[in-house]
Amino acid sequence: MRLIAITVLLMLGASAVAIDTGQRFEDPAQQARYERLIRDLRCLVCQNESVADSNAMLANDLRREVRELIVAGRSDAEIRVFMTERYGDFVLYRPPVKPRTWLLWSAPVLFLLGGLGVVAVVVLRRARAARANPATLDEEPDRQ
Amino acid sequence: MKLPWKFLLPAFAFAILVGFFIVGLRQDPGAIPSPLLGKPAPEFSLESLGDPSWKVGSADFAGRPWLLNVWATWCVGCREEHEALLAIARENRLPIMGLNWRDDRALALRWLAQLGNPYVSVAYDPEGRTAIDWGVYGAPETFLIGADGAVLRKHIGPLTAEIWERDFLPLLPPAAEEG
Repeated sequence: MRLIAITVLLMLGASAVAIDTGQRFEDPAQQARYERLIRDLRCLVCQNESVADSNAMLANDLRREVRELIVAGRSDAEIRVFMTERYGDFVLYRPPVKPRTWLLWSAPVLFLLGGLGVVAVVVLRRARAARANPATLDEEPDRQ
Repeated sequence: MKLPWKFLLPAFAFAILVGFFIVGLRQDPGAIPSPLLGKPAPEFSLESLGDPSWKVGSADFAGRPWLLNVWATWCVGCREEHEALLAIARENRLPIMGLNWRDDRALALRWLAQLGNPYVSVAYDPEGRTAIDWGVYGAPETFLIGADGAVLRKHIGPLTAEIWERDFLPLLPPAAEEG
């Protein structure tokens, strides 16, 4: 129990070391929008980090930009357009659905269908084998 | 002994994977296509690096092709490409404007005094706002803007004579016309 408490406290401590040194919004709704937006934006110099996670100079500038756009009253969609007009779709961690990304977006469903197909084939084949030769099922007990 | 066809499935799967690797690993993950290509160059008007009272902007070379080179003294690649930029400036085919990105004015001026100045003018962007408008994410970056004001080409990383001749020169009007 004490171990769990210590672990939790340590985890909280880690998140307290903020990368974002900018001022918080007065309005909690705006703060939430800001945090969500910068989590969904890719830092382009350090490509596997979001703008929220990175302390690269560019990420810092992009955070400032998002903050100012929110203050200026722009919507989330407008802010995303602002970013993609400058940096392309690559800046978004959630790529938009368009012909180029259809395969990407449908891949999970395709894999699921493929898996279901394999399961169906295996089950049907076993069922057919069992029907064709019912003896195989209770063969073992008879052996004695 | 004849193997059932399904023993070949892993081999097929592996072949597909190899296919993805061949395509994927040859791409440069640092080269992000710019959405600006073919679009009007983003406008800006900034203080000149050398003289804060003088404004330098995207309209300065309107009506003719020009080059915008994003650089900073903290950028290693910029030092690497400096000779190539000086050579392009000597060709005198088109003006080069510098965009001094997130830098210190005194350091930047010393850099130009020491290494030579390939730029007709240098815009000073210490906060990186114009750089964001141009989709800059790592210096050096070089943009070619056409006579009609559209962005024709973007190069990310140090410029070399080869890249200049291969990617930029063919996009310029013939030298005779330029005078």
